[in-house]
Amino acid sequence: MEVAKVENLTRTFKIGTVETRALRGVNLKVEDGEFTALVGPSGSGKTTLLQLLGCLDLPTSGTVIINGTDVTKLSRNQRADLRKATLGFIFQFFALIPTLTAYENVEMPLLLNTQPSTQRRGHVMELLNAVGLTDRAHHRPDQLSGGEQQRVAVARALSTNPKLVLADEPTANLDTENGKQVMEIMSRLNQETGVTFVFATHDPRVINYAKRVVTLRDGVIVEDNASSKGK
Amino acid sequence: MAFRDLGRNKRRSILSSLAVAVGMSLLLLMAAVVAGEMRGALQNTIQLQSGHLQVRAENYDENKISLKWEDLIASPQQVIDKLTSIPQVKFATPRLIASGIITLKDNSKGVQVIGIDPASEANQIFRQGILEGDFLTPDDREGIIIGKPLAEKFNVQVGDQVSLLINRSSGDTDEQLFTVRGIYTTNTMNYDENTVFMPLVKAQTFGGAEDHASLIFVMLHDQAQADIVATALQGSNYQILTWQKLNELTVQLEDFARAYMVVLYLIVLGITATVVVNTLVMAVFERTREIGVLAAIGMKGGRIMSMFLAEAALLATGGVIGGLILGGLAVAYFTKYGIYIGDYGVSGILMGDTIYAYLTVQDTISLTITAYIITLIASLYPATLAAHMEPVEALHGN
Repeated sequence: MEVAKVENLTRTFKIGTVETRALRGVNLKVEDGEFTALVGPSGSGKTTLLQLLGCLDLPTSGTVIINGTDVTKLSRNQRADLRKATLGFIFQFFALIPTLTAYENVEMPLLLNTQPSTQRRGHVMELLNAVGLTDRAHHRPDQLSGGEQQRVAVARALSTNPKLVLADEPTANLDTENGKQVMEIMSRLNQETGVTFVFATHDPRVINYAKRVVTLRDGVIVEDNASSKGK
Repeated sequence: MAFRDLGRNKRRSILSSLAVAVGMSLLLLMAAVVAGEMRGALQNTIQLQSGHLQVRAENYDENKISLKWEDLIASPQQVIDKLTSIPQVKFATPRLIASGIITLKDNSKGVQVIGIDPASEANQIFRQGILEGDFLTPDDREGIIIGKPLAEKFNVQVGDQVSLLINRSSGDTDEQLFTVRGIYTTNTMNYDENTVFMPLVKAQTFGGAEDHASLIFVMLHDQAQADIVATALQGSNYQILTWQKLNELTVQLEDFARAYMVVLYLIVLGITATVVVNTLVMAVFERTREIGVLAAIGMKGGRIMSMFLAEAALLATGGVIGGLILGGLAVAYFTKYGIYIGDYGVSGILMGDTIYAYLTVQDTISLTITAYIITLIASLYPATLAAHMEPVEALHGN
């Protein structure tokens, strides 16, 4: 079943009088349970595509369908609801709320979903356990290493049991060992929970974890190994 | 979360709250001083001059200070008997008012000569205000009391003789020597300097008014009952004037002061709210990326907005509590010790030489609510700014 589908997707940015076409007619389907890497050089359109898949931005033309819903027809608040219920995000810069503990950061999306506190606690601790941070639950981000922070971000992305987790350069700010740990956790959670991951990267070591690699260049998909495997 | 966000930059948050606190405390003090000034002036005028009610002859004109019989109350005791039978009336006393000139050696000065019943409770304020010498006795035919500023001006001591000339009811003048029995103060400089008291009976004889009185000075148990008592007295052949009518200028000035204070509230609180807004705008720009993250995980604009409004409310709460404490202390001090202003009299208003702060619960509540509302309204700008950020742009820190 398709978790995400984009058709004839274009996105043009206008800075002053200069127009930059970040995506030029992209078509992509992401199936349930995939662990897909978007790769390509800087400026190839990876992040733009992730933002459109994440309902954080709207395309200049084309359609974005997430879990059967055409995002381009949704209002701002409806897109927020869709993100809250269906999507998880992992950012390059960790993006934890600095005033909240690891536990509270993971709990935050659940608060937005108004889950009862009794259910929340067990679920959050389960997720922190899954990323190996049970003993760091009550530490604030500034008391955690970069790798630990990104693991908290992974737990947060999974807290609402999303259909699709989008990660933008999740290891870019991590050293090799921490980068490896984060990718192994993401890969394990993909296999154990079946949640779909799409991540943008240009780190060759990270690409090795991907089951599917989609290569972009100058705003178009130039290679998709799922297609070559007849997917 | 809002509380913790304020803790990110404690110094800035404390300074913002402090701005609200200082603004609030200054306004509390100002409100209390203005209310105290107005209240003091009104009560002073009521006690010294107007009373809660005055009964006058139909033709009486206070600007002429006439002693002509037709301008006076012919049988004041009958009126007093009628007044004292009304339960709301605390006491009623006749007064005869004449214009005169007091002279000692080469000094002379125009004064108002008031004949009073020394035994009346209504004149206790003058008895209690005696600084030197004695108060008047009803049968004293040569004694007067004068105010401290006049005594100082004329260098008069108790026991000294002064000459007093007044306009009589017949239209001519009479001059007699009087002995200063006492020197009084009401702490109202312009009143004390211009008012000389003598026993009513002597004033009536001196002015040729026989047993007539210029007015009946009436005090009530509750000043709010003035209109009711005035209505009960309607139909008689006298003018019945309430304290509101007699002190129109003071009452109007009080209304004006209230309106003026509201404008001042808005200006000062507007300035303090600007400090809070500035803090929140900085917070919005510093946390742009976090706002993007919150939006990305599904937080809607309304909730982001309420998060910043909650921060504003917390800053306002800290400021208001601080302001109530600081302002409360300042008001308590000036309620007890007052602010000495000396002879700062306004024509027509008997203002004491010291203003005692007087803070009402109503003023405190209205200021607190106004401070909250203004701060929250002003905070709508940064809150809206945060709420309307596009997630994708906010994530890039734009």
